[in-house]
Amino acid sequence: MRTTATHRRTMLAGLALASSVALLSACGTSSGSEGSGEEATSLGEMEGSVSILAWPGYVEDGSNDPTVDWVTPFEEETGCQVTSKSYGTSDEAFSLMKTGDYDVVAASGDASLRLVAAGDVAPVNTDLLKNYDGIFDFLKMQSWNSVDGVSYGIPHGYGANLLMYNTDVFPDGLTSWSAVFDDASANAGKVTAYDSPIYIADAAVYLMATQPDLGITNPYALDETQLAAAVDLLKAQRANIGEYWSDYLKAIQAFETGDSVVGTTWQVIQNYVTTGNTAVVLPDEGTTGWSDTWMISSTAKSPNCAYAWLDYIASPEANAQATAYFGEAPSSLAACDFRDDCEAFHAGDADYASKIWYWSTPIAKCLDGRTDVQCTDYSQWTTAWSEIKG
Amino acid sequence: MTSTPTTARAGDSLTESPARKVSVFLSQHARVRLGLLLSAPLFWLGLVYIAALAALLITAFWTVDSFTGQVQTTWTLDNIITVLTGSLYQTVTLRTVGVALLVTIVDILVALPIAFFMAKVASPRLQRILVIAVLMPLWASYLVKVYAWRSVLSQGGIAEWIAQPFGGSSPGYGLPATIITLAYLWLPYVILPIYAGLERVPNSLLEASSDLGAKTWRTLGSVVLPMLWPAIIAGSIFSFSLSLGDYITVNIVGGANQLLGNLVYTNVGAANNLPLAAAIALIPIAIMVVYLTAARRTGALNNL
Repeated sequence: MRTTATHRRTMLAGLALASSVALLSACGTSSGSEGSGEEATSLGEMEGSVSILAWPGYVEDGSNDPTVDWVTPFEEETGCQVTSKSYGTSDEAFSLMKTGDYDVVAASGDASLRLVAAGDVAPVNTDLLKNYDGIFDFLKMQSWNSVDGVSYGIPHGYGANLLMYNTDVFPDGLTSWSAVFDDASANAGKVTAYDSPIYIADAAVYLMATQPDLGITNPYALDETQLAAAVDLLKAQRANIGEYWSDYLKAIQAFETGDSVVGTTWQVIQNYVTTGNTAVVLPDEGTTGWSDTWMISSTAKSPNCAYAWLDYIASPEANAQATAYFGEAPSSLAACDFRDDCEAFHAGDADYASKIWYWSTPIAKCLDGRTDVQCTDYSQWTTAWSEIKG
Repeated sequence: MTSTPTTARAGDSLTESPARKVSVFLSQHARVRLGLLLSAPLFWLGLVYIAALAALLITAFWTVDSFTGQVQTTWTLDNIITVLTGSLYQTVTLRTVGVALLVTIVDILVALPIAFFMAKVASPRLQRILVIAVLMPLWASYLVKVYAWRSVLSQGGIAEWIAQPFGGSSPGYGLPATIITLAYLWLPYVILPIYAGLERVPNSLLEASSDLGAKTWRTLGSVVLPMLWPAIIAGSIFSFSLSLGDYITVNIVGGANQLLGNLVYTNVGAANNLPLAAAIALIPIAIMVVYLTAARRTGALNNL
């Protein structure tokens, strides 16, 4: 009896082991997706559907707010049914694109280059996009949407990471990031910050103004010493942080209840806060920001609908609706005909736009052109960010 | 029980029906019968438990290309060494275990009187109602409950409103809020095993104890608790293991704190470093193996 039981157990274990080994070897050691690397030369039939990955508020079909809908006209015009998913951080977008489930992605500069390098997105033939001509020149063929003179997408809109504060706590207003760095202890436990390694660049922008000795010329090109200085600044800030946010709804709620009173924010958050006791400012030190790019997956199942979407979302009316809703500047002057707040966002003001340090993926080869030193790359930033949070 | 109709038709169907042939074959070959019965669950077990865990273990020994984000399948111990020696991981592991232990203690302290009342004091009708009441929170979504706690604990929230008259204040977002919320979430999983354990304590033993002159506390300490101990351990396995892996609650009410789950999440989601995430995920697995081995010695696993 005893022997049979043992024997049986061994048999079962063997079976389980065999099946798992078979599974594992089936999964193998494949090295991930291969980019097609080919750009389309002409467009064909619409496939009837397109799946889009974008920041919240970029693909609105009226389900969140019946008056906000620029997806339905596109569906009626092209016959491409849109399914969309919104993501919270660039890092999330980067991992989601690895699934290959999406035809189109709206990527910020801290994701776009990585997507290109990983072969997840294909070059975009801008000749096929009739709305490409109208787009601001200072947004075209930039370091975050092209590689070696090849365009990888069409610009969407751009904006700045702003400083939000509670007007009850700061009746005189604020003009400097020092409120969240050197003077943060005045509001210990009620300071908030963006929960992503890319936030290290915000500290670097502040250091550029306050500690010129460090010699930072581009907040995304930090050598070891400069990164260490930024990390120290953020570790000091950590003691006063109430909570970090990456979900913008969480940020809205925290400012409404007063759990957060000062911190980095987006214009869209200010637009949503209903309590009316918050204000935003672009501090004197300058700031980080984003310039987003619509890109097409290298494994797109519906490339024609994807091109149609890129062209549609760059059309003045759709671009105006989408960028106005999110709270950022549109990508073309023509879009301003459909918006009355272009002035506030400094749309088309190349000078203003140049004062924003657009999100870029930090890489070992310094982005500021230094060749005598290795810069810290995004994985080092990620490690540093975990350590800052502790 | 169905012998009458079978014997009536025995002559024509016993040898011809294919279904009957199969069942005759199976009744004569016990091994095959067992194999068929167990192949589906075994496949599931192999696929979900063993293969997934093995894949995790293997991934931990790989590395990732920092720029392209592709997993490189070259063998390295770097991730394991980083996790074992990095002060960040040690701090976060200690914090996580501390939170899980406190959640477990709070849950047991709250669950014991409730379970005792349910099993020994309440009428059978009230007992049924109480079981439903205990299970009721499980009907609502996890996220809704955590967000509810977020608003309870926020500034000007219910917690502050209750505490203010006594000179207290809301704990705000942070580790205390995390412990309160997790303790709330896992309470039903702790109450039920303890309740089941108390049901198994015969009332006659309690009466015998009091007949022999033992007071309430003596009876509880010397009669009930030793019998209940395995059930308490069984409940604690739930609250401890669930707390150990949680990252959503601490993200919503934990302020700026992070637990092991958050490190795993950041490394998969944000850093796209699956190998390091796998290495970190081995920490709670190791802790649970130790915990379960210890629990097995008490016989608590028979109570699950």
